[in-house]
Amino acid sequence: MDDVINEFLVESFENLDQLDQDLVDLEQDPSNTELLSNVFRIIHTIKGTCGFLGFSKLESLAHVGENLLSRLRDGELKLDPEKTSAVLAMFDGVRRILSCIEADQSEGDEDFSELKDKLSRLTKGESGIEDFGSPAEATEAAPAPAEEPAPATEAKAEDPQPEAPAPAVVHEDPEISEEMEAVVNEFLVESYENLDQIDRDLVDLEQNPSDKELLSSIFRIIHTIKGTCGFLGFSKLESLTHVGENLLSRLREGELVLNPTIASALLKMVDAVRQILGSIETDQNQGNVDYGDLIEVLSKLTKGESVDEVPGASPAFEENPPEKIEPAASEVPAPASSDAPAAAKTDAPEQSSEKKPERRQEARSGVSETSIRVDVGLLDKLMNLVGELVLARNQILQHSSKNDDKDSAFVASSQHLNLITTELQEGVMKTRMQPIGNVWSKFPRVVRDLAVACKKKVRIDMEGKETELDKTIIEAIKDPLTHIIRNSVDHGIESPQDRIANGKDEEGSLLLRAFHEGGQVIIEIVDDGGGIDPEKVKKKAIEKHVITSEQASRMGERELINLIFAPGFSTAAAITNVSGRGVGMDVVKTNIEKIGGSVDIHSKFKKGTTLKVKIPLTLAIIPALVVTCGGDRYAIPQVNLLELVRLDQQANRDVEMIHGTPVYRLRGNLLPLVNLNKELGMTQGSEELDEAKIIVVLQVNDRHFGLVVEGIADTEEIVVKPLSQQLKGANAFAGATIMGDGKVALILDVLGLAQSSRVLSEVAERALSEKTTVETKKSASTQNLLVFAVGQKGRMAIILDMVGRLEEFKTAEVEKSGALDVVQYRGEIMPLIYLSQVFATDTYGEEKEIMQAVVYSENGRSVGLVVDQIIDIVEEEVSIQKGSDRPGVLGTAVIKQRVTDLVDVREVIQSTIMGYYDSETPALQEG
Amino acid sequence: MEVEKQFCTFYVDDLFMGVEVSKVQEVLRYQEMTSVPLSSDIVSGLINLRGQIVTAIDLRKRLELNERPDGQLPMNVVVRTNEGVVSMLVDSIGDVLEVPDNAFETPPETIDGITRHLVLGVYKLADSLLLILDTEKTVNIESVPDEAKVKHT
Repeated sequence: MDDVINEFLVESFENLDQLDQDLVDLEQDPSNTELLSNVFRIIHTIKGTCGFLGFSKLESLAHVGENLLSRLRDGELKLDPEKTSAVLAMFDGVRRILSCIEADQSEGDEDFSELKDKLSRLTKGESGIEDFGSPAEATEAAPAPAEEPAPATEAKAEDPQPEAPAPAVVHEDPEISEEMEAVVNEFLVESYENLDQIDRDLVDLEQNPSDKELLSSIFRIIHTIKGTCGFLGFSKLESLTHVGENLLSRLREGELVLNPTIASALLKMVDAVRQILGSIETDQNQGNVDYGDLIEVLSKLTKGESVDEVPGASPAFEENPPEKIEPAASEVPAPASSDAPAAAKTDAPEQSSEKKPERRQEARSGVSETSIRVDVGLLDKLMNLVGELVLARNQILQHSSKNDDKDSAFVASSQHLNLITTELQEGVMKTRMQPIGNVWSKFPRVVRDLAVACKKKVRIDMEGKETELDKTIIEAIKDPLTHIIRNSVDHGIESPQDRIANGKDEEGSLLLRAFHEGGQVIIEIVDDGGGIDPEKVKKKAIEKHVITSEQASRMGERELINLIFAPGFSTAAAITNVSGRGVGMDVVKTNIEKIGGSVDIHSKFKKGTTLKVKIPLTLAIIPALVVTCGGDRYAIPQVNLLELVRLDQQANRDVEMIHGTPVYRLRGNLLPLVNLNKELGMTQGSEELDEAKIIVVLQVNDRHFGLVVEGIADTEEIVVKPLSQQLKGANAFAGATIMGDGKVALILDVLGLAQSSRVLSEVAERALSEKTTVETKKSASTQNLLVFAVGQKGRMAIILDMVGRLEEFKTAEVEKSGALDVVQYRGEIMPLIYLSQVFATDTYGEEKEIMQAVVYSENGRSVGLVVDQIIDIVEEEVSIQKGSDRPGVLGTAVIKQRVTDLVDVREVIQSTIMGYYDSETPALQEG
Repeated sequence: MEVEKQFCTFYVDDLFMGVEVSKVQEVLRYQEMTSVPLSSDIVSGLINLRGQIVTAIDLRKRLELNERPDGQLPMNVVVRTNEGVVSMLVDSIGDVLEVPDNAFETPPETIDGITRHLVLGVYKLADSLLLILDTEKTVNIESVPDEAKVKHT
């Protein structure tokens, strides 16, 4: 039974997504009966199925919805925003009940009576004044009562009880239009599949007549066919399945026991259904075979009478338009319906037709066999195997290119293998590909709901729906995209009044565009709304302490706009509450980056905003750069790669050191260098970069750094494999892969590498080093000094070797510990010493938002020396004139034509913070 | 009637050890390995087992025995564990032995810490003792008995 329910859930969820879109389309074009019919059919199917499965709550909700839809379809009511909202709310209700069922097989305890009331009122043509239990944001915005009072209010008003069946319209000899054909085809495919199932089930059932589950399954299928064809107007098929259903229902209730006669009758019915389906497929017409005798036999069996012989279908000689059929009595599986089927026509029994089998054959080869459902797990496995095959192919190719002169046949066949493998790989990749339209299909609904809620008018357009992406990626981008779109509607597009005032079309436009570019898929979300005001962003960012005003003044417009991706920058307070809840844009960005993508934003104030999302086609196989280090090869994912820099002979001229850390000047910017050898613990003590030849410039989280490697091997497409549990601790590696020659290579985790080498954590340092043009050169005779200002005029210097780090702290971050000012720094409490106070030139007067501090560390303890301004780092031959007896001053020197005091850091610390050196007496080397 | 069990046997330093045959996927000659920097030195490296990447752990190091002499190439005993397939590097491979159940005994208290932790028990054979290795504990390289941990660090 679980299987049945699961199948039902999967189908229903799929259908509901379709419904959302259809209904929104319908609002644009209320007269489109195709769409309405489609919506109606889906709800009807859900209702019918859940009635059978015993989900009464869901059934009753779907039932009122169906009633409303049926009146809409018949043109007795007109679709207006209110009704659309109500119907959408009903879909949501259905969805929630389905989720409950999925979770614990119960329908949940939510009460939908209000929604149902509203729906029935709307059905009667009244307007639902009160609010309905809509889950969405639509609450506030449920538009005013229907503009057009529905016609024919009286006509149906006497028919309010929910048990009333949907008035099924029976089309005489239906004309099926192009669009309808798709619906019919779907129906045919489904029915063929189901009928095959019934054949098997019936045979099984004969062996085991008491199997309730089998019976239920058969009953359900026949019931679905009946319901659907009733809606599609295939009355003949409907009447046939109806009697079959009655018989099955009695069997299921245990009032009849399956015997060979009944089984044959049912099988005959199945054949007949197939036959009708076949003729529908060929000429959209139910054929002119008369099934009167079969129907009669079935109904006789239902009543428990015996029949001598089960006849086949008989050909009818005259075109025999089926009579109007009463709508199927009740969609709830009628227990023990012993009444004769409504439309049983009792014509004289005539013997079977010969042409039956061949027609069936024809039909079968048609629509039903062009698609199958495959387990995603199986596809993943295939994908893996193909990955292996690609690797094996590479090995063979390498081998064959080595000794190609020996065996030309081998070379030829390996080339053939090459071609086949490539094609196979493409093919398998394609099976996992889905059009992006699958995700987009729910956006019109989202936009519509949101637009109504915000009282805006938004039109959504989509380009490149058919662009295909790997299924896992499709899943991964669903939420980020939804968020972006919500943002665009909520914050981007202005209200109609504003738009008119700004000379724009009243209706805002939102364009989704997807296309391939350079092996990636680009998704653009373009709106013509108000754009982002950089000034506003700046103000907000400062308010939220994302940046300081000093930082802000240095930022360009683009940088400011990109601040919306910064963590902590939420727009929650802006305008409405619709977006800005839960995830911020920073989450969008991280989620997209997680799958190797990137987000970029362009915005013109008052003109609109474009968000560009770039994502890879697939996750399983990634392009990588293979580098060598210590004799081994390592793969670096190309997504992290920016450029390669080759160091020339005088490597030491280009690579400079800041306090023992190598940096490289890349087009005027300092690039911190990380030596791969050293990071992997492979050099023995020496930290020279002599052997290093190449800098791989990498990017992670907007930070650039250079990875120094010995050599570059190649670029290769690699299949990422996880590392085993024994290696979980090694966070420098993201996985392993097998190279073309069959050897294993490790994949470097650029993020992990950056973290372990602490490139990532030193944002502040980088900002500083950029600002204060650090110039350092290795030289024995000279000294490196950090020069800074203390107070208004004082200039002081510290020997650079004693400087652990330069940091910026916000004044607001300073806390008190006893008499000391302290800050939290890298998980420790670090005392601060205000040098301006120590040297009493004047007080640390002006309150700045940002303090600059020199961090001095010894024995694992740090002290921050707060200075007023970092001026420069100089490298000079300094002649210190001793003799200063001021405490804390080593001496005085002339540096850059200015008199500068050299600070005795240890003495300063000792005199200000008692106990800092109590425990140990470290040797300080100075000068 | 005696119940017999089959063990795949091998030698590690001076120990004669065995693993239940059903747990052994295959036995391989020396395979080229890719070393993993920054990992525990018990992990010798990664080998390519027909497209599957398998971690090789050195039993000598795992059992805290002497280093394998230079020039002696280890053999791979590839075992199936809950953590996936893992290769154990051993010195040489012995026969598959059928041993009677009644020859089994739990490891004596006096065996050294880490070995006792990883050994399920001992079979008393006519001419030698067969130590049965607990593969699950062996491949879980963080699993170290408390007493041995002290020695370890």
